[in-house]
Amino acid sequence: MAAIAAEAPAQAESFATKLLRVLSKSPVHIVLLVVGLLWLVPTFGLFVTSLMAPADYNNFGWWKVLSHPSIATWQNYSQLLHHTDIPHALWTTVQIAVGGTVLPIIIAALAGYAFAWLDFPGRDWIFIGVIAMLVVPLQMALIPIFSLYNHLGIFDTVLSLILFHTAFGLPFAIFLLRNFFIGIPKDILESARIDGASELRIFVRLILPLGLPAIASLAIFQFLWTWNDLLVALTFGRNTQPITVAIYSNMRQFGSNIDLIAPAAFLSLIVPLAVFFAFQRYFVQGLLAGSVK
Amino acid sequence: MSGGGSLTAEPPVREAPPSAEPGRLRGQAVTLAFLLPAGILLGVWVVYPAVYTVFRSFFNATGKKFVGIDNYTALWSDELIHKSIVNNVYWVLVVPALITAIGLVFAVLTERISWAVAFKTAVFMPMAISLFAAGVIWRIMDQQEPSRGALNGLIGAVHDAFSPPGVLADASPSIPSLQGSPSTGIVLKTPLGSGSEALLGLTGIPPEGMPSGAKQAVAPQPASGKIVGVVWRDFKPGGGVPGKVEPGEDGIPGVKVALKDPKGGTFATTTSADDGSFSFDGVKGTGYKAAISADTFRKPFGGVSWLGPRLVTPAVMIAYIWVWAGFAMVVIAAGLSAIPRDVLEAARTDGGTEWQVFRRVTVPLLAPVLSVVFITMLINVLKVFDIVLSVAPGSTQTDASVIALAMWRTSFGGVNDFGLGSAIAVFLFVLVIPILLLNVRRFKREA
Repeated sequence: MAAIAAEAPAQAESFATKLLRVLSKSPVHIVLLVVGLLWLVPTFGLFVTSLMAPADYNNFGWWKVLSHPSIATWQNYSQLLHHTDIPHALWTTVQIAVGGTVLPIIIAALAGYAFAWLDFPGRDWIFIGVIAMLVVPLQMALIPIFSLYNHLGIFDTVLSLILFHTAFGLPFAIFLLRNFFIGIPKDILESARIDGASELRIFVRLILPLGLPAIASLAIFQFLWTWNDLLVALTFGRNTQPITVAIYSNMRQFGSNIDLIAPAAFLSLIVPLAVFFAFQRYFVQGLLAGSVK
Repeated sequence: MSGGGSLTAEPPVREAPPSAEPGRLRGQAVTLAFLLPAGILLGVWVVYPAVYTVFRSFFNATGKKFVGIDNYTALWSDELIHKSIVNNVYWVLVVPALITAIGLVFAVLTERISWAVAFKTAVFMPMAISLFAAGVIWRIMDQQEPSRGALNGLIGAVHDAFSPPGVLADASPSIPSLQGSPSTGIVLKTPLGSGSEALLGLTGIPPEGMPSGAKQAVAPQPASGKIVGVVWRDFKPGGGVPGKVEPGEDGIPGVKVALKDPKGGTFATTTSADDGSFSFDGVKGTGYKAAISADTFRKPFGGVSWLGPRLVTPAVMIAYIWVWAGFAMVVIAAGLSAIPRDVLEAARTDGGTEWQVFRRVTVPLLAPVLSVVFITMLINVLKVFDIVLSVAPGSTQTDASVIALAMWRTSFGGVNDFGLGSAIAVFLFVLVIPILLLNVRRFKREA
């Protein structure tokens, strides 16, 4: 901050005066400024904590690092990357999140197209059934699927986690895509059909490209959902540990494992944050489509 | 865009009706192919398990014995589950309403600032983070010692600004005529008058407990019209003589001394100097008493025990609200931008104050959006799980438990009672059924 101010004093001054003018105009600015900063502090605190030696963590709060930057160290991260199973857990998370995003989107797009544009008996009733599944707590499936996975011998595999996420992602995905596809002008589809294009061809060449905005929103949601999952992986995994479970297994000794917990937690949220900042627009669109509709 | 198909073809003569047998069969096969993958996944992973869980909930832990509704009556007798249900009731009562209210306030306020995008991004950002990691973040914030936990550090800074901690942690009187304790204050029982001296000797202070800046104590020089005295650490290596200021004994600075007049009221107060000395001027007659006030021993802010049994649920709620407030804000802001500006303008030109416009126009127009946010949060709060697991330490996990957590612990956390676990899952499902019906009704109305 100081360096920036020193480099461009004129600009800093005008910014400061502007800031002062705005702040004096209305207490709303001050309140929101404080609230906004307060909202950022916890995440920032995690990052700073991840740079502290465990002995320092046990003696004082992370904000002391701000006045004593010399005690910050990357030691925890290099330890984490070279001597723990956290990198492997991150890789597991990547596999689950990618599989758990691609698979439900393909399957939901097929079904969403059928619900939107294909005629079949009982179509609306079946779709209402899908909507009903939107709120079924996944707790309803944990015990039977636990037994099923054991019978099938796929317990504790990445595939089993992906399949579970796919199934429970489907109702929302079908709902969202069907509602989007139904908004595609009928003429386009009709003329393609009249031209003799097969349904599969229409789906691949027309529906998927036109549905891209909805698919993008959905992809972000599903990716964040699977990346951030704890419950499913905790239930169906033992040695197949995504990052959340790997951190959780170290939580019993929170204070003494903080040099692992804090950097691992921070690493776990870099990817979702990057996705969030890169695709914020689609994220918000999906949110609105899912909740306001 | 369609790629294939020749556009030069004859304008199509109405084809044979689609009910022609081979075409129809083929059409059905295509439809089935589109639906089958979703059908299998939903059937095997959602529908079958849901039915089986209901069935399973009427059997005992091993699944061998039919027990009727025993598992459901156990929901109320089992301590963990009962506690979890009570906690979840608090969650339902407090959190959705609070999140909706905060979202509404933020959405309305951000309309008035030019940097709304920056603010919204900051508040919305935690939505991307896993609830589990958010819990880890708040576990660090919630540490009890104000020197380590940011939340208590902040509270402590405010607390100590309004009632600063005393200079001494503990001490006891060194001579019998001094009576009292740190919690009540220490009084010199000897009556004082003009020209008297007050020797307030304290012991039981460890060297590191002495305030910084303390100097060698000096015996007071009595003077007419004054009461002079000294507060000092009446102890030196080897002991020294109690009640006598000796070389090697330091005065205690910063001690609040009060002089009580003969009627018992406070005549004056003062603070001791670096050598422990103090004096009161304008003293007439006799019968005064000197006292060290209890402020001197006031403890610094010790920190709120956020993660202790009493406050752990509110602590988890704070973390949860931190995550979800952004969701409420963004959805409500979208609803707000859909309100026609001229409606609000008309209300303002009609002389409505900002508050009236907000209360009578904005909120009613936003009602549908607010209810969507509220209901969404209601469902989420009923299923809350990860964040409880990461904020609450093992020692208070039971105090913070919620239905979803009780279900997991009962089924997979060592007890492995699939019968009872199934009953908890069904109970959770029953709670969301009204919301399920609401969703279906809304869809049917739209369709």
